[in-house]
Amino acid sequence: MNRLIIFVLIAAIMAVPVSAQSRGEVLIKNATVMTASNGTLNGTDVLIRNGKVARIGKNIAAGTGTKVIDATGKYLTPGIIDAHSHAMMSAINEGSLSVTSMTRIRDVLNPEDIAIYRALAGGVTAALLLHGSANPIGGQSTTVKLKWGRPVEDFPVAGAPPGIKFALGENVKRASSFIQPGQTPRYPRTRMGTMETIRDAFRRAQDYKREWDEFKAKKTKAPPRVDEQLMPLVEILEGKRLVHCHGYRSDEHLNMLKLAEEFGFRIGTLQHALEAYKIAPEIAKHGAGASIFADSWSYKLEAYDAIPYNAYVLWKNGVLVSINSDSNERIRRLNLDAAKVMKYGGVPEQDALQMITLNPAKQLGIDKRTGSIEQGKDADIVVWTGHPFSPYSRPELTMVEGEVFFDRAADIEKRSLLAKERQDLEKLDVNRAPSAGGTSPRIPADRIRGDLDDADRVDGDNR
Amino acid sequence: MSLKSRIRRSSFLSFFFSVSLCLCGASAAAQSDGSQQNKTGRAGSFAIVGARIVTVSGGVIENGTVVIQNGKITAVGPGTTVPAGVERIEGRGLSVFPGMIDAATGLGLAEIGQGANATVDIAEVGSNNAHAKAITAINPHTSHVNVTRVNGITTVMSAPAGGLIAGQGAVVNLNGSTQAEMAVEGTAALVINFPRIAAGGGGFGGFGGGGGQPVDFAEAIRRRDTQVDELKKTFTKALNHARAMEAYAKDKSLPAPSTDLALEALVPYVRGEKPIVFTAERERDIRAIARFVGEMKVKGIIVGGQEAWRAADVLKQNNIPVIYTNIYSLPVREDDPYDYLFEAPSKLQQAGVRFAISTGDQGAEARDLPYQAGLAGAYGLSRDEALKSVTLYPAQILGVADRMGSIEVGKMANVVVADGDILDPRTNIRYMFINGRLIPLTSRHTELFDSFKERGVPERP
Repeated sequence: MNRLIIFVLIAAIMAVPVSAQSRGEVLIKNATVMTASNGTLNGTDVLIRNGKVARIGKNIAAGTGTKVIDATGKYLTPGIIDAHSHAMMSAINEGSLSVTSMTRIRDVLNPEDIAIYRALAGGVTAALLLHGSANPIGGQSTTVKLKWGRPVEDFPVAGAPPGIKFALGENVKRASSFIQPGQTPRYPRTRMGTMETIRDAFRRAQDYKREWDEFKAKKTKAPPRVDEQLMPLVEILEGKRLVHCHGYRSDEHLNMLKLAEEFGFRIGTLQHALEAYKIAPEIAKHGAGASIFADSWSYKLEAYDAIPYNAYVLWKNGVLVSINSDSNERIRRLNLDAAKVMKYGGVPEQDALQMITLNPAKQLGIDKRTGSIEQGKDADIVVWTGHPFSPYSRPELTMVEGEVFFDRAADIEKRSLLAKERQDLEKLDVNRAPSAGGTSPRIPADRIRGDLDDADRVDGDNR
Repeated sequence: MSLKSRIRRSSFLSFFFSVSLCLCGASAAAQSDGSQQNKTGRAGSFAIVGARIVTVSGGVIENGTVVIQNGKITAVGPGTTVPAGVERIEGRGLSVFPGMIDAATGLGLAEIGQGANATVDIAEVGSNNAHAKAITAINPHTSHVNVTRVNGITTVMSAPAGGLIAGQGAVVNLNGSTQAEMAVEGTAALVINFPRIAAGGGGFGGFGGGGGQPVDFAEAIRRRDTQVDELKKTFTKALNHARAMEAYAKDKSLPAPSTDLALEALVPYVRGEKPIVFTAERERDIRAIARFVGEMKVKGIIVGGQEAWRAADVLKQNNIPVIYTNIYSLPVREDDPYDYLFEAPSKLQQAGVRFAISTGDQGAEARDLPYQAGLAGAYGLSRDEALKSVTLYPAQILGVADRMGSIEVGKMANVVVADGDILDPRTNIRYMFINGRLIPLTSRHTELFDSFKERGVPERP
């Protein structure tokens, strides 16, 4: 008995350095927690440890080293995930060929794009970064967490399934661009050619795969030439790379689903898909997801039949729907876009919230780690001043893997420092107006963006 | 086939046609009038009973009744008394608001911007198009009309763009089979794209520059001043032209002034009788406009207004209100606060500058007007002010507040009944009245929805 008491005492003493144990812990207290997977919990605490949600419950006690955030009267949601973004990229389209599967977004990531911070300020914690729609088969995409201020290597989500961008319709045909006299138009110029370009590429990929399979089975002696363009397409055939296919018209997306079935793979997501409500049963049967705008329409011909009830019809037919922005401006208000689907058709609240959280996480294959507030998942959490679907609410805090990357109070504090810095800079001779005696350079330096070409100007921002 | 049977057959067919025509005619008469694409609703006398009435000008009546007769609001008050012969609309659990007004759009002037240029009538060729009137080009049957109004917007100003003097905007109700039926003020305001200081060059161009060769700043100011002088000369020419026309009207022995429609059109605006809407975002351009307005003694309105709050002093001095169209814009400079443009309306309000919130949209997204105002409500603007910024304030700025913008007896019955706060995206509009007509809440979108919502539902065996 004495030995037992001593043992217990020693164990108790060893458990005392609580401060070391709870350092790095964050406890958000007394919030309305919209989990996105298990309903909404009132007056609930969320404990975060080592970047993950450790516990969700009532009256969780804080450790000595725990940072406590009082969220009384506030709402928590999972971080918003935008499944279609061209933020943080210094180039969007390799427009010169119709099949550019060898290009990679990973190679052109720019972690200093202010769009990242503004997205965090709108509650976004992760995004699918894609090429534009200049090519029937575009380049390899990257899924990122928005870790503003970190080196670029910290952004891509480790282990996220690889993806690739396909595109159909007007942009691919370069319908809006003018062919100069003497300039050869790039093939394809019609929807017919678009389908054949994709079919041809997959046939070549099949041939390529066969060559490598035969080599590996030692049926041939010399290894086939490595083809960076065809390798990602083989990955698609083998179910290892997700296809995100931009398109608008119902017929072109239906053709894409059929082509995929012809080659034995399933499309990951139909992107934009503003006419998907016309073919919802077919999309559900194939098993593709849809990543759409909440209500954009009429900005070009192929968007003229778009309706804001698209999300509802797809959801009703069992299609996995996410709502995206394709815009550095719109990414900031995806919460209000999700709210709209409650109005247009009557999608229930949690399902609407899932369209900007859990659903895009599933579409990107990262739902085991994020997309909802659940024990064991990454602490990608937003603290809102009110209900996220109310226009009067705004994010106060955005956390990625337990670390705060947007803090409105801190942001506001920093503004006076920035204002002072600006004032000091404006006093410099070189910055004063000529009328005030400044000696400004004769010609202001032009900021050259040689990486952006015409193709980039067409894409992004709801096009 | 024999001649006899052919005659029998054709008689039967013509009989069939004439009967079906009669039936179609009969059913058309029973439907609301107006084209299939743009139903104009039905006239009548209506009372919305027992609703929460948000008058905007006179507070909120928790449990009251609004009566609409002959196109006007004839009663507003607490209680649930309904006059005889008036159609009763149950308002329990619902809220009544004035119809919203979007003061800066191109609605009806462009069906599809990219790829259907034939439908675009926004910007005429040339620099002085004072005589170009939007009211003559607005398509009453654009699908944008019904898509916009089902979200609670009853009235917009639709205005031309482009050039230096773009043309005259029209204040229109979103209802009517003809331009005349839609018009509230056919020629409401003149739009001028006031010369900017265009230093040019790179991405910093933004609104101040226009791209192109970078230019020394002092030179850019000189160029702007030259252009403004030209504008002033044009104003003077317009006044001279008006004097010559008036003199000739009195005395035909004088030389007849040759026709100049653009100069003629400028006259009421140059004389300060009707307002001029100046497009501007940067403080320096807004200050220049305020100077111009003061010197030329015209009535000015700013549209755009990203940095208008910084020039609040001169705006107030010259009685210049701001139609703010930048809730959905990105801050231009990297180091601008992230909420710089969300917060601007509240800064205008605090500085005492008159303002309205507008989408500034070509037409398809004007329906987001309430949500833009709501978003401003998250960044400093009170909810009360946010609602006013899309109802009473635009009415006042556009000079139509005697007719709309609030729920008051005598005003035009532009009224919206909703199941919640109209600035909230989750709210649904239940009833809408424009000019006292009960408007069907159908649109291109509801019709497409109806066509496809049941597709694929398996038929019962």
